[in-house]
Amino acid sequence: MSVPRFWREIPARYNLIGTKCETCGTHYFPPRRLCPKCRRQGKIVEHQFKGTGEVVTYSTVYTPGESWIGSKPYTLAIIKLDEGPMMTSQVICEPSEVKIGMRVKRVFRKIGQDGEKGMIHYGTKFVPDKK
Amino acid sequence: MKLGISAYGAYVPRYRIKVDEIAKVWGDDADDYKNGLMVTEKSVPDMDEDTATIAVEAARNAILRGADPKKIGAIYVGSESHPYAVKPTATIVAAAIGAPNRMTAADYEFACKAGTAAVQTCMGVVAAGIAETGMAIGADVSQGAPGDALEYTAAAGGAAFVISKENHIAVINHTCSFTTDTPDFWRREGADYPRHGGRFTGEPGYFKHVLSASKMMLEHQGTKPSDYAYAVFHQPNGKFPSRAAQTLGFTKEQIKPGLTCPKMGNTYSGASMVGLAATLDIAKPGDRIFVTSFGSGAGSDSFDITVTDRITEVQDKATKVWDYIRDAKYIDYATYAKHKGKINVDS
Ligand SMILES: [Zn+2]
Repeated sequence: MSVPRFWREIPARYNLIGTKCETCGTHYFPPRRLCPKCRRQGKIVEHQFKGTGEVVTYSTVYTPGESWIGSKPYTLAIIKLDEGPMMTSQVICEPSEVKIGMRVKRVFRKIGQDGEKGMIHYGTKFVPDKK
Repeated sequence: MKLGISAYGAYVPRYRIKVDEIAKVWGDDADDYKNGLMVTEKSVPDMDEDTATIAVEAARNAILRGADPKKIGAIYVGSESHPYAVKPTATIVAAAIGAPNRMTAADYEFACKAGTAAVQTCMGVVAAGIAETGMAIGADVSQGAPGDALEYTAAAGGAAFVISKENHIAVINHTCSFTTDTPDFWRREGADYPRHGGRFTGEPGYFKHVLSASKMMLEHQGTKPSDYAYAVFHQPNGKFPSRAAQTLGFTKEQIKPGLTCPKMGNTYSGASMVGLAATLDIAKPGDRIFVTSFGSGAGSDSFDITVTDRITEVQDKATKVWDYIRDAKYIDYATYAKHKGKINVDS
């Protein structure tokens, strides 16, 4: 990933900053600058998601790409944030632990790096929310 | 003007490895280490955790306990395992907690006392009116060379403290330090693991500095150990803080809540700060807490703290240190080696 692209995406990656249309109340993540429902009537404002949601579906990866070789198996899930939008993210738990409908909450983790000498990319992953 | 702590938070990774498991691999006598160090297990970071992620989780717990990120005017992160050689950890924390750009930030290094040095800097910056509140963090993912004695204790964790003039959960009555040039422990640029002066590290290193700073504090404040409800000393193992406490006249009960090292290892810059966080987790209004850190190289920072009524409002708002410690997941040496990057994967 290019340094400028990662830099631009820091608010979304670190803090789940998306947007919300004040006209119809729909939340968007990743952020949208135009509400497809309201078009010109839409009023888009920034919105920080709470970082809680539930697992809609998941897949456990046993044969990852080379740079993920040390972390297999890991679980990728589609998570429905409590405000509405869906996002794909890693859920950090044992493969046997993850279930559809499981409550999850955000954590701050490394999501990748450009080799041993390049930039480290930080961002949001999810863990089971035991509360 | 009173300075104090208005919020705090800690974080400990979930994985643990037992001393028995490490001893088995190296053919050491596990009981020897367990008794000698008074440590039975240590925390291990997940593959995607480092000092920055631990600092962020601790800082976010401080925010859950009422810190307003918009009022933070300074962030200092003390560590000896910053993820970058050049590129501050403090700015990553600032972005991850939503602190404003109108603030100052820097990373600190002073072996295991970089975090308490950050607390003192925040006190100065807040007292001078440069920042309304300042956040001081001590966090580490410590490395011990495979087979070295340090491997039995080098652990991961951290804590964050917000320093301000008001909204205190604890007032800092006084701080003082004792510093000398002592080569008891070091790591050269580019070296993966630290070196140490072996048995030399105890007397002229840890004990000389911890005892000197602590005695100075008792003298400045005109207090005696029995005036304090609790005490926290830097904990490179379980034995050193226990002996320092005994020498000074503190009881086992006074150091018990903050003595986390036996169950999670030495978190270096995080060690005395995680101990203080664990003590604040159970403290009652009016309790007085005595804290002395230690960093090789060498120096100690001492703090005299009084807990206020507001403590009971914040204690349950974030995960407590001993709850993190109890939520442990044990791994074997092979998994541990993978987590710590001790196995090279060519890619
Ligand atoms: Zn709309």
